[in-house]
Order: sequence, then C-alpha cells, then structure tokens
Amino acid sequence: MRHLVLEDWSRKESWLHARDPRAKLMAAVALLLAIGTSPAGSPSRLAGYALLLLAGVIIADLPVRGVWLRACVVLPFAGVFGVLAWLAGEPGRAAAVGVKSYLSAWTLVLLAATTPLPALLRGLASFGVPRFLLIVIQLLYRYLFVIAEQAHHMRLAAASRGGGFRLRSRQGWRAGAGAVATLFARSHARAEAIHRAMLARGYRGEFPLASPPRFGLGDALLSLWASAAAAALRLA
Amino acid sequence: MEPLIEVQGLHFRYDSGPEVLRGVNFRLFPGESVALLGPNGSGKTTFVLHLNGLLRGEGLVRVCGLPTRPEHLPSIRRKVGILFQDPDEQLFMPTVLEDAAFGPLNLGLDPPRALHAAQEALALTGMSAAWHKAPYHLSAGEKRRAALAGVLAMRPEILVLDEPTTYLDPPGRRELADLLRRLPQAKLVVTHDATFACATTTRAVFFREGRIESEGPTAELIRRLGWDERLPPAEPAP
Repeated sequence: MRHLVLEDWSRKESWLHARDPRAKLMAAVALLLAIGTSPAGSPSRLAGYALLLLAGVIIADLPVRGVWLRACVVLPFAGVFGVLAWLAGEPGRAAAVGVKSYLSAWTLVLLAATTPLPALLRGLASFGVPRFLLIVIQLLYRYLFVIAEQAHHMRLAAASRGGGFRLRSRQGWRAGAGAVATLFARSHARAEAIHRAMLARGYRGEFPLASPPRFGLGDALLSLWASAAAAALRLA
Repeated sequence: MEPLIEVQGLHFRYDSGPEVLRGVNFRLFPGESVALLGPNGSGKTTFVLHLNGLLRGEGLVRVCGLPTRPEHLPSIRRKVGILFQDPDEQLFMPTVLEDAAFGPLNLGLDPPRALHAAQEALALTGMSAAWHKAPYHLSAGEKRRAALAGVLAMRPEILVLDEPTTYLDPPGRRELADLLRRLPQAKLVVTHDATFACATTTRAVFFREGRIESEGPTAELIRRLGWDERLPPAEPAP
C-alpha cells in the first residue's frame, strides 16, 4: 500500500513537527488571515509571507519543491476567479487572487506536512470543533487507505484477466461501475462490522480522549512569533 | 463448578432469512479452551456474536451468571473480549496505543490508568514498539497482535477469537498460538486451522447447519471428522 506523501512527511522529526498542534493551528490561522486580508497590489508583502512559509519548510526539513508542487492543487480553482477578474479588466486583482490562493494552500500544506492527522484533529477538538465531525473525518481517513487498497486489488484482478477500468471502452465503464458498486457494498458491510467491534469494547456513543495534548513554552513561542510576524507584515 | 458461559436452546435468524442457529446448547467452564469447528456458514460466528450481546436470539445465553439482557451488557462486554476475524475492522483509532486504550476508557478508567492498561496489553502481545504507529502502517501479523492487545487491555475473563489465524503466515500462527497458551483466560477459538486448534485448545465442538453436531477432545474430534488434511479420517466404529 502506498501511503500519502503528506502522511509520511507529517511523521518526520523536526522542531516544527514536535510542536503542539494547537500552536501550529494558531500560527496557520494568523497567517491565513493576514494573507486573505492583504490588499491587491502589495507584492513585497506577499513576498514576505512566502519567505515566512519558506522558513517553515526549511525548519521542518521538508523538500521545498515537493511542498511547492503540492500547493499548486489550488491553482485550477483560483485560476477560474483570476480569469474572471482579468476579463473584468482588473489584472492586478487577478494576479493577487492567484498568489494569495497559492500562499494559503502552501500554509495548509505546511500545517498538514508537520502535523499527523490524529494530532491535528485533537487540536481542532480543543478549539471546539464538533467531536462528531472530527470522528467522521478520523474514520474516513482511517478507512480511506483500506478502501483504496481494495480498489487497487480489484484493479489488479481485472488487469490480470486482460480487462481493466479503462474509460475509453464501454466494457471498461461497465467494469469500473461494477467495481464502485462492489466497493460501496463492502464499505457498508465493513461499517456495520466496525460498529460491532466498537460495541464489543464498550462503546456507548462517545470517543474518549486518551491523552490530552500539552502546550509548552516552545508551542507558545511558535504561535506568538508566527502571529506577530504575520500581523507585522499585514500592517506594514 | 459454575460455567462461565451457558447457552441453552439458542435459535437465531437474520431478519426474515433462514434460521442460522437452530437450538445450540453449549457450556464453557473456567480455564477451558474450546475450539469451534465447522464448515463455512454453519453458524459459528453468529453464535459467538451472541456471547456479548451483539446479537440476540431466542433461548438462554448466560455469561458469568448474567443473562445477556441490555442492562447487563456493559458488565458482560467487560468479561467477554472478542477478537474479530478482520483486524482492520477492530483497529479504528488513529494509533495503536489509542486503539488499545479505547476499551479501558469506555470502561470508565481515567486516561493515565487506561493508557497504563493499554501499554501492558501491548507489551504482552509484543507490540510496545509500535504504540505510536497508525494501524495502516502495520503488517498483517502486527495488526492481529495490536487488535488482541485492544481486547486484552479490557482484562476480560473470557477470550473469544474468530478465525485468529486469517492473514497470518506459519511463523505468525505459531507466535499467536504461543501467546494464547500463556494467557490465563478461558478461550473460545473459532477456526478452520486444525493445527492451530490442536495447539491452543483441549476440547472442540463441531457446528453443522446451525447446531452442534458433535464434540470431544480437540485432536480426537478433528481426526474423527477428517478435518485435518494431513491426517486420514478415523475408521468408523463397527
């Protein structure tokens, strides 16, 4: 099973990785607010945010190019709004939409690449995000890998019999649709089995927390320093 | 001696389907290890799901003297630990340690005591070093041991293991058999693996079409039924 690159990055060891998820969440929110509210036509300010993020990537010992590439995921969506602004005769705003969206995505990639999802969810829980929503995300993330592995096995099985889920042929569409239906049915059955396994271990509708996170001096420093830097750039 | 588990005349059907259990009578005594053998679809898994109230049919099911009525289920689920066939269905928490602590926390232990119980169980199953790992980073054998740790952390009096050797290679099966022999709990092992059944249990019951068809000492029953492909079936008595 191939794991997500971000998942592997999030398990690395660095000063930034070791920080409490709440500190990283606070820093990320401060940076996102500063980026989002920066007016168009301030390239030096946007360059300042980029330098901050670059420092984060270097401190976390992440591959710079890999992080840049992953942040590009937002560009197709931002591009639509950029083109609309361009057509409306506002090229400056079009560029700002693209750059700000890219910097925001970079912030989130850095957050996800330095914080394993379980820790991130714990951090969100302590900020009052509904537990039910977090449990759904947690289970979805946990079983995404299992379902992806099943899909991979089904694709191999189809390929080994000379078929596949190629969408160029009618047969490929039929096979793909059948595979999706099978995955859905299996996932439904698995959900029931997971619920049974939870009940068997005393589940009564709540996911108790085993280890509440601890907020130390380094965590306070990170959140304060990142927030101050973002605010200083925004107000400069 | 009072039985830990007592089942009398248990009948069960899923919704309006055919009857899956058709009058099962069974007893498990303290310290016993019993194998549940039988062909696929004979009702073994359905039967064990009754033992901590996950399914409820007609008839009597009593665990440590308590009938499996809703008011007794929290106590019964503390006493009966079930290891399910697919460990991916049992390891639903983000990390191995959190998963092992899930049961103790549900029992009402405070987090430090729950974590202590989880760490003890992980040590018992040889999974201490993997406490921080996500379940999808584990091998099949590690998943099985992590799932067993989650059950043992609740300190059950009875262990029910549903096809515990599925996905395990021969060394993994041997390790699991060694581990089970060291555990003091009474055990009920659903398995198709005759070697594993002989290694871990002393008595066996054979399910067929929702009933217990025969029972006896494990090795003898397996031989009598021709259930071990390495051994020729015993000659029928004249």
